[in-house]
Amino acid sequence: MRRMAEYRLEVNGDSLDVSAPDHWTLLEVLRYRLALTGSKQGCDKGDCGACTVLVDGKPWLACLTLARSVVGRRITTIEGLLPAHRANGGSGADPVQAAFDRCGALQCGFCQPGMILSAKALLAKTPQPTRDEMREALSGNLCRCTGYTQIFEAIESAVASELGLKPAARAWGAPPVSCAARKDGGA
Amino acid sequence: MLRLPQFELVQPSTVAEAVRALAECPGALVVAGGTDLVPNLKHELFTPPRVVSLALLAELRGIRRENDGSLVIGAMTPLAEVAESELVRAQAPALAQACSLIAGPQLRSMGTLGGNVMLDTRCQWYNQTYFWRAALGFCMKKDGTECHVVKGGRTCVAAASNDSAPALMTLGASLEIATASGKRTLALDDFWVADGIYNKQVARDEIVTAIRVPATGAGHRGAYGKLRDRGSIDFPLLGVAVRLELDAQDTVAQADVVITALAAQPKRITKVAEALAGTKPGTAAFDAAVEAVGALAHKQCKPLPNIPGDADYRREMVPVYVRRTLQAAARREGPVHHV
Ligand SMILES: Cc1cc2nc3c(=O)[nH]c(=O)nc-3n(C[C@H](O)[C@H](O)[C@H](O)COP(=O)(O)OP(=O)(O)OC[C@H]3O[C@@H](n4cnc5c(N)ncnc54)[C@H](O)[C@@H]3O)c2cc1C
Ligand code: SF4
Ligand code: FES
Ligand code: FES
Repeated sequence: MRRMAEYRLEVNGDSLDVSAPDHWTLLEVLRYRLALTGSKQGCDKGDCGACTVLVDGKPWLACLTLARSVVGRRITTIEGLLPAHRANGGSGADPVQAAFDRCGALQCGFCQPGMILSAKALLAKTPQPTRDEMREALSGNLCRCTGYTQIFEAIESAVASELGLKPAARAWGAPPVSCAARKDGGA
Repeated sequence: MLRLPQFELVQPSTVAEAVRALAECPGALVVAGGTDLVPNLKHELFTPPRVVSLALLAELRGIRRENDGSLVIGAMTPLAEVAESELVRAQAPALAQACSLIAGPQLRSMGTLGGNVMLDTRCQWYNQTYFWRAALGFCMKKDGTECHVVKGGRTCVAAASNDSAPALMTLGASLEIATASGKRTLALDDFWVADGIYNKQVARDEIVTAIRVPATGAGHRGAYGKLRDRGSIDFPLLGVAVRLELDAQDTVAQADVVITALAAQPKRITKVAEALAGTKPGTAAFDAAVEAVGALAHKQCKPLPNIPGDADYRREMVPVYVRRTLQAAARREGPVHHV
């Protein structure tokens, strides 16, 4: 019964050959076959969002996905953000990753890959989200450390720096971005 | 870390192949988005030799409007798409609202409407790991002989917890089903069996291909109200779907209230239309009728300690959510939710 299935997944723009049993989840294949351990194994049953990846741009829980069911679909993990940003001519880290860093939107960091990917999915759809839209988009990602405020501030800071705004100013109708003042002015 | 039990995964590319893949392997199970089945497999509530995934069946995705105005929603359409569809929001607001409150954002991009209709019933003694269940002593629904909710009970009362189901019932929806011997349709009202172990009239080797929602007119009003602990992720502690049909004078001609997360099937509250008929939203008479319907629902619904949440509290919230959801429908608002 424990047959290996051979298939190819498209992860972060690379076509990767996988050999794994049919009952492995996408999270297991990412972590234990492809060594992409950025996607975290939290609850392993859909409750926490630590394993969030993007599938064709949509936020997706890798722990509940049968790996072979996403053959042919575009999978993005946290490891894919920086190369994609650089390939688009950007420098430094991905703007959302940079903002999480700048705003101290983490303590232990376990929830962060999932938070950032949910935030990326939100910003792709809604480039200038309100706080309510952020709350809704991140409501499937639990953080046991931060209290969420700095996470929302990080998203606001990322938007502000994309718009070339001084992040300390009220940017697009959202509350003022307070984290930017703390460190490097959100540059 | 929760591992899946071993199984063979089959991913057919036509419905006919899928039905065959189920028929030729007794005990095989269907998987759509996997957001209900995968946790249940991890908890060893099922150990199928084969899992048949509908993921590649593009023909089961999408929402279309028929000539007679009815909506046909493919079983594999993601919940997020149902919630955001302009067609569904305009014609079946209660369904769009219910889907918008299911689980959280990731689960709504993965989970499908067909999977939601076919959701397994839930109980706090059942949706647990094998280790947990073994420690307590198994129950009738899986591996055991007794019920921990109703002592001495002979029927499992695990709760129907699918948010879309009560909304679909108020809308008079039906299922299109593919079987080894052909096709059939089944009204959602006739779908249920009063047994929490398996509460459906759709067999494990049948495939729901689409959900059909009859046309509604200009006087249609619908809304969904959901009680849960947090503003996201959680299953309903109570789900209330309502429908009002207003006549040309804007008075209520027809009304329906269906409540879920009680026992194995959603409950249609009786005498609702009689109470509301002839009243006009925005008047004291309507408000009084709404109050009366809340009292009817309170009398007819008896939440059990099957799902989390204090049963007495859930019962006291029945009239509150019925009143708010009826008022929201009348104002073309909703969903009713605490955040
Ligand atoms: C943390 C968490 C929170 C959740 N919260 C909610 C909630 O608030 N409300 C809610 O309603 N649900 C909730 N769910 C359950 C689930 O996400 C949804 O019900 C979803 O719609 C299930 O659809 P799916 O496609 O993922 O189903 P699957 O898991 O693929 O399937 C569910 C069941 O239906 C059967 N099935 C699926 N498709 C078909 C078909 N086309 N024909 C025949 N049988 C089929 C499967 O065999 C299985 O038994 C939650 C799940 C999790 C993990
Ligand atoms: S109601 Fe709960 S405890 Fe009782 S048999 Fe059903 S699942 Fe088991
Ligand atoms: S690990 Fe996937 S949701 Fe928690
Ligand atoms: S930073 Fe620790 S869980 Fe979010």
